[in-house]
Amino acid sequence: MSLVIGIPKETAAGEKRVATVPEVVEKLIALGFRVAVESGAGAAANFSDAVYADAGAEIIAAAPALWAASDIVFKVRAPSVQEIALMRAGCVVVSFIWPAQNPELLRQLAEKQATVLAMDSVPRISRAQKLDALSSMANIAGYRAVIEAAHHFGRFFTGQITAAGKVPPAKVFIVGAGVAGLAAIGTAAGLGAIVRANDTRPEVADQVKSMGAEFIGVDYQEEGAGTGGYARVMSEGFLKAQAEVYAKQAKEVDIIITTALIPGKPAPRLISAQMVQSMKPGSVIVDMAAEQGGNCELTVPNEVSVQHGVTIIGYTDLPSRLAKQSSTLYATNLLRLTEELCKSKDGTVDVNMDDEVIRGTTVVKEGNISWPPPAPKLAAAPSAPPKPAAAPAKPTSAHGGAAAPAAPAWIAGLFVVAAVAFWSIGAYAPAAFLGHFTVFVLACFVGYMVVWNVTPALHTPLMSVTNAISSIIAIGALVQIAPPVEAGVARPEEWIRWLAVAAIALTTINMFGGFAVTQRMLAMFRK
Amino acid sequence: MSQNLATVAYLGATMLFILSLGGLSNPETSRRGNLYGMIGMTIAVLATVFGPRVMAGGSAWIIAAMAVGAGIGVYAARVVKMTQMPELVALMHSLVGLAAMLVGFANYIDPAAAAQLTGAEKTIHEAEVYIGILIGAITFSGSVIAFGKLSGKIGGNPLLLPARHWINLVGLLVVIWFGAEFLRAESVNEGMVALIVMTVIALLFGIHMVMAIGGADMPVVVSMLNSYSGWAAAATGFMLSNDLLIVTGALVGSSGAILSYIMCRAMNRHFISVIAGGFGTSGAPAPAAGGEPAGEVSPISAAESAELLREAKSVIIVPGYGMAVAQAQHTVYEITRLLRERGVNVRFGIHPVAGRMPGHMNVLLAEAKVPYDIVLEMDELNDDFPATDVAMVIGANDIVNPAAQDDPASPIAGMPVLEVWKAKTSIVMKRSMASGYAGVDNPLFYKENNRMLFGDAKKMLDEVLAALKG
Repeated sequence: MSLVIGIPKETAAGEKRVATVPEVVEKLIALGFRVAVESGAGAAANFSDAVYADAGAEIIAAAPALWAASDIVFKVRAPSVQEIALMRAGCVVVSFIWPAQNPELLRQLAEKQATVLAMDSVPRISRAQKLDALSSMANIAGYRAVIEAAHHFGRFFTGQITAAGKVPPAKVFIVGAGVAGLAAIGTAAGLGAIVRANDTRPEVADQVKSMGAEFIGVDYQEEGAGTGGYARVMSEGFLKAQAEVYAKQAKEVDIIITTALIPGKPAPRLISAQMVQSMKPGSVIVDMAAEQGGNCELTVPNEVSVQHGVTIIGYTDLPSRLAKQSSTLYATNLLRLTEELCKSKDGTVDVNMDDEVIRGTTVVKEGNISWPPPAPKLAAAPSAPPKPAAAPAKPTSAHGGAAAPAAPAWIAGLFVVAAVAFWSIGAYAPAAFLGHFTVFVLACFVGYMVVWNVTPALHTPLMSVTNAISSIIAIGALVQIAPPVEAGVARPEEWIRWLAVAAIALTTINMFGGFAVTQRMLAMFRK
Repeated sequence: MSQNLATVAYLGATMLFILSLGGLSNPETSRRGNLYGMIGMTIAVLATVFGPRVMAGGSAWIIAAMAVGAGIGVYAARVVKMTQMPELVALMHSLVGLAAMLVGFANYIDPAAAAQLTGAEKTIHEAEVYIGILIGAITFSGSVIAFGKLSGKIGGNPLLLPARHWINLVGLLVVIWFGAEFLRAESVNEGMVALIVMTVIALLFGIHMVMAIGGADMPVVVSMLNSYSGWAAAATGFMLSNDLLIVTGALVGSSGAILSYIMCRAMNRHFISVIAGGFGTSGAPAPAAGGEPAGEVSPISAAESAELLREAKSVIIVPGYGMAVAQAQHTVYEITRLLRERGVNVRFGIHPVAGRMPGHMNVLLAEAKVPYDIVLEMDELNDDFPATDVAMVIGANDIVNPAAQDDPASPIAGMPVLEVWKAKTSIVMKRSMASGYAGVDNPLFYKENNRMLFGDAKKMLDEVLAALKG
């Protein structure tokens, strides 16, 4: 049974993205699904129906027919009321949902017995990075924000000294160093601007620096990281200190790009009308938080407005403005999610609520609202993780610490065996043997004592020197070559001699080779 | 030279051997230790050749044999590359084993050797011959296989025959039974049959034993064979009633055994389970499907790595077998030197079982002139990783696997590992995403602060070096 994945044309005004691209269609089909695309779904992102058809998708002319045919629907924007009406009962919907802001939408979807996976609710854990559509969209938005700013800014970004005079470099201040902020830093720095950035989370300072910007800190002791690597609401004292920093920056810089968002909360107001007023004429503000109310007091969502001589860009559709790129990345995120859902690769989905990633993403499961998910097991914050396994597991025994790993019973057994062995040797072995045996046992202990403290760095030379020393066996061969033989003993001279000669040659290789190579190694050890 | 003089000379040689091993416990005294060993050996050989047990007629033979052996030995020691040390050591062990076998056979067919012995003494002498040849044969064939595995002539994977423990047990019983036959034998020819059957079984046992051991356990095997070669010498000493051989053999045998024990402890595994072989393939349950590390790895380029290193204040380099394979130790040293000149605190973290032989990495780094006081053991710097900017892992895998601490179901659970993931950034240089010798996936690669630098270690490090210089 292979399910049909339906891709409707986005209905939101101005939305140019599409939830899958031809390249990904092929991979979805390889996973065993059938793919249906509404005619014209990819047109705004420069993907024609023909290329979808070439990739193996079925083209369906109108939305109602597509919704009716689809077991699974991939979308970018949350489904509208009209779309929910077209939806089959029990359908699986994957799109951005924003469940915290849209409780009514969740209820309507639940009524349809739908299963809904919200791409904005993917848990922020390492394993889920590949399906983190928010990050891939934020990356694009950050890039586009700089491009929009450059478009409205009347000067170069990079400083130049030309025959027609000196051009100072543009100064860009980026508020919020999340994915979007970092992408904006990279893009602006790439264009040659002097970039500064601020974030309430001090640990991102290194990331900011790594992207080529200067980190502007707020000199106020407070930890700004919430769970999941996002920022949180800050205290009043901090906000005051922060506002001072921003006011100072506003006077100095040419471009401000704000990306500050707190999950489930309206965007913090960081740039006041006063600050806008203090900026140089011709400056640009790109407010990437416009959709959540804006970081700037004067932002008009979805519009470009000029106030106090400052251009304020409040576009809420920055990723959509790079439709081809964002569609491709989003489609890949969805493909990764589909792979997680369809581990068997047979064109069916299994919404496994025991999987942390899928549990977090699923906001409605077969008509039951399952949002919000339980807190993630792992916070991305650098809190010290517990160290349960730092010490290697040792078998615990009644008295056994690290120093006494062997259990007493075991030691007792060893003593009994040793005692029996010694007794039988003492009772039956001849005196000559006992002498040798004494020497042998004592030598074992000497070896143990001598070698126990060897530094690991010298293990190899130690082995090669003991190896060389073990060629002492040559003595055994030497005494066989021409021993003083009592007259009258018939001895197979030839055989013994050749065996002994071979043994001598072999051990001498070892003797000379071992000592020489040890010498060579030890000569290399130096302080 | 009288018998008494020879005995005193032997005593001197014994003391020198003990001093030699003792000297090797510290780099400062190690060269003197090696010298003691050479002097001791020279005294022992001269005392034997001029002693009462060797008549003048044998001198020509002895000189000829020793000249040939010395020539080959010195040549081999000169030309061997440091990365080939494990192979060379294994090969040398096999020579000792073979020599022990030959001496044993020669002694058995020599009627003069046991002429005066009767009763229990004769039985014990024959048992010593039998055991000496047995240990010699196992050492010989085992070392040859170890050589093959280490030099890549034989695949590194463990060969696991069905019912292999039973095969070994049956082999042991047969050896004991033939041992009894051997002791009962009336004539040399009769005993020879039992001796040869036993030798063949022992050879096969040695092959089988080492074939069943995986490549990552090779450090244990090499030091274990080292130990065996000592026991073979000790058994020969008993056979010849020669205390020098007994003492020296026991020294070598116990030191090898201790080294093996140290290696096993470093892997948190029991000696028996290493010797029984088949690491990661027998008994280890497949990890639960949800437990598999998954996610994106973040690749990095050589230039970016150089950038990270340049920005760092403190760097720890963790080398593994991959560095040895790629012969990258000299480039590593160049990078180290450059960074140290810029005031970066560069140190090396060596896992006890990194490489294919105990202390393998130390020798390679020493060859590349890395000063030994910045080459530290795992325990010495494991606590320093959180204060380290960049941890660079060169061709190592299992020894930096966090699963050993985090995942009780992992086959390497409990093995002490270098905690590179606690550094601000870790860079893992690897040829591909293939798993290490233990066949365990490594969650380190998927950590957010980890970067993968894919490619041949030498080539990548050369690029890093070029970028650092540029």
